[in-house]
Amino acid sequence: MQLDEFFVTGDPLIYGADVSIILSLIGIIFVLTKYKKWKWLWNEWLTTVDHKKLGVMYIISAVLMLFRGGVDAMLMRAQLTLPNNEFLDSSHYNEIFTTHGTIMIIFMAMPFLIGLMNVVVPLQIGARDVAYPFLNAVSFWTFFMGAMLFNISFIIGGSPSAGWTSYVPMAGNELSPGPGQNYYLLGLQVAGIGTLLTGINFLVTILKMRAPGMTLMRMPMFTWSSAITCVLIIFAFPVLTVALALMTLDRIFGAHFFTLMDGGMPMLWANLFWIWGHPEVYIVILPAFGIFSEVISTFSRKNLFGYKAMVYSMVVIALLSFIVWVHHFFTMGADASVNSFFSLTTMAIAIPTGVKIFNWLLTLYKGRIKINTAMLWSLAFIPNFVIGGVTGVMLAMAAADYQYHNTYFLVAHFHYVLISGTVYACFAGLYYWYPKVFGHKLNETLGKISFWIFVIGFNVCFFPMYFLGFAGMPRRVHTYAEDTGWFELNAVASVGGVLMAIGFVIIVYNIYYSIRYAERVKTGDPWDGRTLEWSTPAPVPYYNFAKIPDVHGLDPYWQIKKEGKQELDIEEERLEQIHMPDNSGVPVIMSVLLFIAGFGLVFEWMWMAIAATIGVIVTMIMRSFDPDEGHHVEVEEIKEIERNVRRKED
Amino acid sequence: MSHDEAIDPNQPLEFQTEKSRLNILGFWIFLGAEIALFGTLFATYFVLTGRLADGPGPSELFELRGVLIETFILLTSSFTCGIAIHEMRRGSRKGLMIWFILTMLLGLGFLYFEIEEFIHYIHEGASLQTSAFWSAFFTLLGTHGAHVSLGIGWMTMILIQLARNGLNSTTARKAFIISLYWHFLDVVWIFIFTGVYLLGMVM
Amino acid sequence: MTQNSHSNFPWNHVIGFILSIALTLLSVWIALYTSLSITAIIWIIVSLAIIQAGIQLFMFMHIREGEGGAQVFTMVYSAIIGVIIVAGTIWVINSMMHSMSM
Repeated sequence: MQLDEFFVTGDPLIYGADVSIILSLIGIIFVLTKYKKWKWLWNEWLTTVDHKKLGVMYIISAVLMLFRGGVDAMLMRAQLTLPNNEFLDSSHYNEIFTTHGTIMIIFMAMPFLIGLMNVVVPLQIGARDVAYPFLNAVSFWTFFMGAMLFNISFIIGGSPSAGWTSYVPMAGNELSPGPGQNYYLLGLQVAGIGTLLTGINFLVTILKMRAPGMTLMRMPMFTWSSAITCVLIIFAFPVLTVALALMTLDRIFGAHFFTLMDGGMPMLWANLFWIWGHPEVYIVILPAFGIFSEVISTFSRKNLFGYKAMVYSMVVIALLSFIVWVHHFFTMGADASVNSFFSLTTMAIAIPTGVKIFNWLLTLYKGRIKINTAMLWSLAFIPNFVIGGVTGVMLAMAAADYQYHNTYFLVAHFHYVLISGTVYACFAGLYYWYPKVFGHKLNETLGKISFWIFVIGFNVCFFPMYFLGFAGMPRRVHTYAEDTGWFELNAVASVGGVLMAIGFVIIVYNIYYSIRYAERVKTGDPWDGRTLEWSTPAPVPYYNFAKIPDVHGLDPYWQIKKEGKQELDIEEERLEQIHMPDNSGVPVIMSVLLFIAGFGLVFEWMWMAIAATIGVIVTMIMRSFDPDEGHHVEVEEIKEIERNVRRKED
Repeated sequence: MSHDEAIDPNQPLEFQTEKSRLNILGFWIFLGAEIALFGTLFATYFVLTGRLADGPGPSELFELRGVLIETFILLTSSFTCGIAIHEMRRGSRKGLMIWFILTMLLGLGFLYFEIEEFIHYIHEGASLQTSAFWSAFFTLLGTHGAHVSLGIGWMTMILIQLARNGLNSTTARKAFIISLYWHFLDVVWIFIFTGVYLLGMVM
Repeated sequence: MTQNSHSNFPWNHVIGFILSIALTLLSVWIALYTSLSITAIIWIIVSLAIIQAGIQLFMFMHIREGEGGAQVFTMVYSAIIGVIIVAGTIWVINSMMHSMSM
């Protein structure tokens, strides 16, 4: 292979990206070396098994991916603003919408939510870590390396261009030659390992590691939503694993699962992809529901209305979300009985979702509402998500779908559910739990400014797209003629896109600003919270709880405060030594090897893939022989740490 | 002694620590994910049945004798694996190790016959690249075979640890988990035997 | 299972083993040496396979020990998902193949 085939050449945008990547790498290496931080980086972050640090790394990666996916989005808006625009050619445009969709779903939305789960769930249930801290680190690093593998495609070898759904024959060897599509397959495969492990890890954590007295029906709603999400992950991700593996066999090893020749069946790909894909939609929306429930309940100063209805509706969603997948391809030609069945199940799944909307509204009703940034995101979510949901039910009617499908109506619909559902929730969760991890709040003024700009921008951007859909504009076209009449609405949408970008920049700036200037919080409970995570000091000691709390009802910390019970008195309390897991370098090494194996397969360099796979097996054997007994934190050390964090509070 | 390491002597050795109980439950959940994984492979196989392109069909190549040998070997290995755990619960490390070694030998025997079967098919002109049907066949069977191979490697690691560290709550838990894995492979094989071979010979 | 039975003869395993051999042979006989309709054969041998899987789970794998409830629930739920994946895929794809050939 020639060097100019290996690196992507000929595009000034990509040369710009090359330069900025090289400069930032040099910058990072320089800073780490100058301040002698390599050892710190390795000991404190790369080898950590602490769920809070892993959560922070998930969220940082997700914000980076939001930036990358957002740049893709901006490029698309720039191209579509004017008719007959020549800014991007069609193949470049294809690559950009493919990476935009894949990155936003797999490498932004999920990791952001999993990051929040990592930070919050053990604290909410009164646990000191997750069930399998080592696997938690494996989860993070496989996700991260999978994301990196996918992301380097645009400078090395070329990006995938068959859409985030990668339908065949488009994604087959004939129409997508070269490494691009392989990056998609291997990047998602490596990251998928991590997601599956997270699902198992957190489900066992939630089932088995709750504080004494916390029955299932006393769990905070975010924990409930995480548990259901885990169930969806556990049963949906293996389907993706298989689908990706089958396409890899097709592309690299000459099998015929989805090919047009020799009996292959392209429709089977769509079928398998969406058996995973639909639960995936709920994987990124249920934790969002959980976050909104926590925020709305805390800042309405009431317990969540209809807790049980909320739980049961999520359980119903966990089952129904596995029997709606055909609604993603109603027009592929199944007969009326199949389409009717899936149309009905799809409409049925709107019912439990609707129940939740009423729960949130009734939680707000007669509450003593406090407006702040986290609450604003939650309040904006309700009307925006309803718009997305109602248009979803329109799409659910198979006969009507023949009109809407593949148009901007669909694009508007899923952005309305995914942005106002998932992205708003990520921001709400970020503002809400940020002080718990970092010991200071994010600035409220900047927070509110960014909120208004982003939310207005979002509606300006995507509401017109419904009408572009009605006007017949198909999705995934790189340009349109002047006489289509689509120019005005597209121009409006682009203005909205710019506003969203400004909102995002302000959010990131707010993090920087708050780290430098925000007042440190004096208590672990800056919002007057209701659940156990607020009973710990901020920032949380690495063992979370000096003493595991006893739980006597829903919203246990609220109860403790209402009953005027004394906070934990560290001098009086009889503490016991705490058993904690040891750090390990195996997860990051194993994941780097998986990255190399994936990279080898992308370019079909089998020697590299085989060598790295052997390396992965060696790390697994090392792990098998590692006794991993963990260590004990002595009572004196706990007291010392607790005195320090609590001294600030006086 | 902290809560995490509390030993509960009323339980079998492999359930005595909290960590063991967590790991065993987690492994069951992992097996649930494996069911979804094999379910997808089965779905693919059934949908692609009969899509032979110009290649041979299953009824021309499947032979009952070889398949029955593989089935009985694997069923027996599941039995010996169960006995191994039975011996472990009697506190016999030697018994556990002997029955595990027997299980592994049977596993190797299974792999020998399976690989021979595959080579035979390839000679007859049926390989991964022949047609959609054979792609699905080799992928489903290959995934199961890869699981068996992994199981043998994994069992070897555990035997070494049993020899080195003796029978304690950690090694007992590890032995128990590999036994779950091994029985599960037998469960998958039952469906392969029924859904792939018997149906392939009938239809 | 009581502590006591551990040292006894492993009846569970022996009975399970004999049953699985017998069920295997029975399904071979039904599939290859009877003249039942294909549909009947499919129903019978798939049912026999499910019984065999149950034997492995309950007689070999100690599914009711430890977190018995959660483990049985996991297996039942995964079986449901497995059936949805297999039957759903066959139903959907056959429907599409059928309408394509019209």
